[in-house]
Amino acid sequence: MVADLCVEANHVLRPDVSLALQKALARETNKRARGILGAIIANAGVAKREKLAICQDTGFPVVFVEIGNGVCILGDLKEEINQGIVNGYKKGYLRDSIVRDPLLRGASGFGPAVIHVDIVKGDCARLTVLPKGFGCENKTQLKMFNPTAKLDEIKKFIIEAVKSAGPDACPPFVVGVGLGGTADYTMLLAKKALLRKLGARSSELGARKLEQDLLKQINRLNIGPMGLGGKTTALAVNIETYPTHIAGLPIAVNISCHALRSATAIL
Amino acid sequence: MKKITTPLDENQIRNLKVGEMVSLSGVVYTARDQAHKRFLEKGSRGFSWKGQVVYYCGPTRKPKGKIIGSCGPTTSSRMDSFTPALLAQGLKGMIGKGRRCKEVIAAIKKYKAVYFLTFSGCGALLSEYVRKVTPVAYKNLGPEAILKLEVKDFPLIVGIDSRGNSVY
Repeated sequence: MVADLCVEANHVLRPDVSLALQKALARETNKRARGILGAIIANAGVAKREKLAICQDTGFPVVFVEIGNGVCILGDLKEEINQGIVNGYKKGYLRDSIVRDPLLRGASGFGPAVIHVDIVKGDCARLTVLPKGFGCENKTQLKMFNPTAKLDEIKKFIIEAVKSAGPDACPPFVVGVGLGGTADYTMLLAKKALLRKLGARSSELGARKLEQDLLKQINRLNIGPMGLGGKTTALAVNIETYPTHIAGLPIAVNISCHALRSATAIL
Repeated sequence: MKKITTPLDENQIRNLKVGEMVSLSGVVYTARDQAHKRFLEKGSRGFSWKGQVVYYCGPTRKPKGKIIGSCGPTTSSRMDSFTPALLAQGLKGMIGKGRRCKEVIAAIKKYKAVYFLTFSGCGALLSEYVRKVTPVAYKNLGPEAILKLEVKDFPLIVGIDSRGNSVY
């Protein structure tokens, strides 16, 4: 099943991402930006039809597992997931982009995945594969703000992160933001934010307003598709929040390129 | 749209203006991080960048019955520290995505070369412009090996022209 999710995520663009691109094209007035958005949409069509990867960077496989507390797991979950990654990446002719040793580098292979396991209420399990492209992963930012930080400072940090990603990380982006928790947890929140359906807003009132304000401001930066101008710099800003400490306010920005890919199965 | 063919001669390069769309036919060679590093450390027997075009690309594995897998551009700036040395060796064109540092822009101007952008995140679409693939060097680098790609009407935008004008 993990294998099938790898292939699906890499070959078939998420319907919500596809819709967001169509909407962006309808709104965009810059001629060059319209041409590039057209190519991006055409690319998704070719990928699906020809069973090719949407992008040659088939990402670092990040796997989110939510296990219901009524579920009993037999066997080695992580081992099975990693085997599924290898099988899926081979089956889908995806790229072997992972090196075993971050310093020595050496020959690349298909895994292991980064696996996040969470225990939730219920009697089913939910498995999501997010192949994260590294052009955009390289632009990730984390900042530990003071608890008294002004909203404008927070906005500025997020907008600067988008500007620094600029033309290099394949705009239009989906901007994942983690707000609260600890340094490590806010990074996880920022990545998880990329899984939320584009167009679905945060359930928190403050975060929802921030998402809308940031999206407006980011789309005024004139970065545009490929960084060549236009009002389509981001397709969405998704913010996930968590309670935090009285002494701080951790904020993380995890950007996705326009080829935001993920696939989910429920067991 | 202006059509250009490899090898890129002085005249073709001089006539390319920043921001214009062109389509390229001929030969380009893939190379990304590790291929750049290895080439400048150890060289490669029988292969030279003189007069050539590099494509910053590491394709997916070739599916059965296809010429190549998905093959879009990777972030060019990661190659910046190696680029002036390759331009000094006669490299004439580069294809990638995103910004270049000022040292690279100066070297492009000095050696009369050109930097192109192509549709980023569109590797499936771009695979349709590739006619033939031949392995050239560093096979053990896997997706980072140097491949010779024969392309037809490959879509490009002039990112930095030979006068050092940048689109960004």
